[in-house]
Amino acid sequence: MYFLELLISGIAVGSLYALIAMGFVLIYKGTGVINFAQGEAIMVAAFIAYYLITYFGVPFWLAVPLTLVASGLLGAITERLVIRPMLGEPVFSVVMITIGLSIFLRSMGGIVFGHHNYIFPNPFPIEPLHMGEIVLSHNHLWSMILSFSLMVIFFLFFKFARLGLGMRATANDQDTATLMGINIKKVFALTWGISFVVAGLAGVGLANVMVLNVGLSFVAISAFPAVILGGLESIPGAIIGGLAIGILENMAGGYLDQIIGGGVKDVTPFAVLFLVLMIKPYGLFGTKEVERV
Amino acid sequence: MPIRSKTYCESYHEDIKLLNTIWSKCWMGLFIVGMLVLPYATDTYIVYLVNLSCIAIVAALGLNILTGFTGQISLGHAAFLAIGAYAAALLANMGMPFWITLPAAGLVSATAGILVGIPCLRLKGLYLAMATMSFGVMVEYVLITWDGLTGGARGMYAPEVSVFGRALDTDESMYYFLISVSAVMIIIAKNILRTRVGRAFIAVRDRDIAAEVMGVNLTGYKVMAFALSSFYAGVAGGMYAYVMGHIHPEHFTLMSSVEYMAMIIIGGLGSILGSIFGAIFIVVVPEFIKLFSQAVESVIPFMQGRYDDEWNIAVFGLLIMLFLIFEPGGLNAIWQRIKTGFKNWPFTY
Repeated sequence: MYFLELLISGIAVGSLYALIAMGFVLIYKGTGVINFAQGEAIMVAAFIAYYLITYFGVPFWLAVPLTLVASGLLGAITERLVIRPMLGEPVFSVVMITIGLSIFLRSMGGIVFGHHNYIFPNPFPIEPLHMGEIVLSHNHLWSMILSFSLMVIFFLFFKFARLGLGMRATANDQDTATLMGINIKKVFALTWGISFVVAGLAGVGLANVMVLNVGLSFVAISAFPAVILGGLESIPGAIIGGLAIGILENMAGGYLDQIIGGGVKDVTPFAVLFLVLMIKPYGLFGTKEVERV
Repeated sequence: MPIRSKTYCESYHEDIKLLNTIWSKCWMGLFIVGMLVLPYATDTYIVYLVNLSCIAIVAALGLNILTGFTGQISLGHAAFLAIGAYAAALLANMGMPFWITLPAAGLVSATAGILVGIPCLRLKGLYLAMATMSFGVMVEYVLITWDGLTGGARGMYAPEVSVFGRALDTDESMYYFLISVSAVMIIIAKNILRTRVGRAFIAVRDRDIAAEVMGVNLTGYKVMAFALSSFYAGVAGGMYAYVMGHIHPEHFTLMSSVEYMAMIIIGGLGSILGSIFGAIFIVVVPEFIKLFSQAVESVIPFMQGRYDDEWNIAVFGLLIMLFLIFEPGGLNAIWQRIKTGFKNWPFTY
């Protein structure tokens, strides 16, 4: 029974990881960059939703789409100001600039919102769902539904939509994509916009499940292992990786904490990340990069 | 790098000399004299800042060897500093003198660097960044959990350094110790990087496959870069333990790794002088921010008491972005430009 309990809560956490991981995968698929500031996008979106609901009194069902629009805009603006000037620069510079962006946004968040916890107004009934012996909260159920439906949408988008194909082409080779008539500036802006919208969804979901504070941005770092495990450019990989990491983390926390002492839960994803990188760097569903001089 | 006119180099050896003109020797001599008399000319506060800069310089040099010269991104540099700091503190608590603890800290750290470097050989770019980052997180966890060795969350005390039986208990006496250690480290780095090893590092950075075809042993040089970089980090960690007197896992987080990254980006990737500029810059800038926020406080009441470390980090983030966009060569590029301007005056190039 203990095992089942851990499994269910692992899946619940994992579906949120999957949602976050999807944001990473989208940007990687579209631009070939890992966005280290994804967590900050999540944090900012959660705070936007919080202020819309508590300060402006917007009902929850309206606040979520508004938040998504706002964070999509934020993504497009970020791309225009920070990423666009780096078009064609080496990967290293782009990675470092997102790290710079990440610490800038996080500390600005700390300055503006402070470090105390906010209580996010919960829109769902507090009483959890009972399915036989399994207990599941409404928040977790919704985040699971959300991430699976998003997975299907994005899977189809990258397979069939013209824009989705353009995004994949851009990630593969920017120069060739430009020659093929793909407007890569538009692709970049859209990719960042869409990815921040996904981050916004994850932000609202996380704020519901966890406490809302500036530390929310660190959750994205814990989702890195999910992205790597699934393969950096695979949407289904993000889901599977997210679930796997969620379950693993909970199991390790549940069983090893008594033996080694606290904190195993937080470090397990990173140990897994390190191992995956050693054994299978391109993850379960990623494609191996072939290099030529 | 432009050379002053009428400087003739007749052999390769002359070409790669560190101080190739009489003027550069004069300037260097003046600089050394200036550094030696500095504690007598200024107050303790400035000396303290120089001490902190010395540690940062050694650490930044290490990261620049790995990231700037060899092109291997590392987001776990603070972990190597931590290993060095704890090793030095443990040995010093056993009564070892500094000339054993500092190299030993470096060697322990270098061993860790090799152990991380070998499995990371296959990784490149952001995969490597992820791997080193997770190594950093794991080290931090071990430091907190392994209570018996590291003192866990309480941290650990390190004794004072004593040189020739005299304890260095003030900032001024620490000053000479630290500047000599960092001067030695700078000279070693300069010399390694102008020989075959350094050129191999740069070849690996610029095009690793081409370098391998040219006969550069990729495996060997990558591992060597990891080892050298973590040796520097270890020594810097040892210096840190001595200066602070108390070390704690919180001093070696992902955030401090990013701070070292900021140093080499702002200073200039792939440049020794750049690492020095960047390290000093990152140490000094928070002091200016503090002064600035105090000045603003008296004008805008809203700002009263609002200053904390958060502002420094925000400024670091902003600076990383601005430098990468507008001046990818960092402070070193600015310095070279100014210098060339003076050298070629009145001509523009």
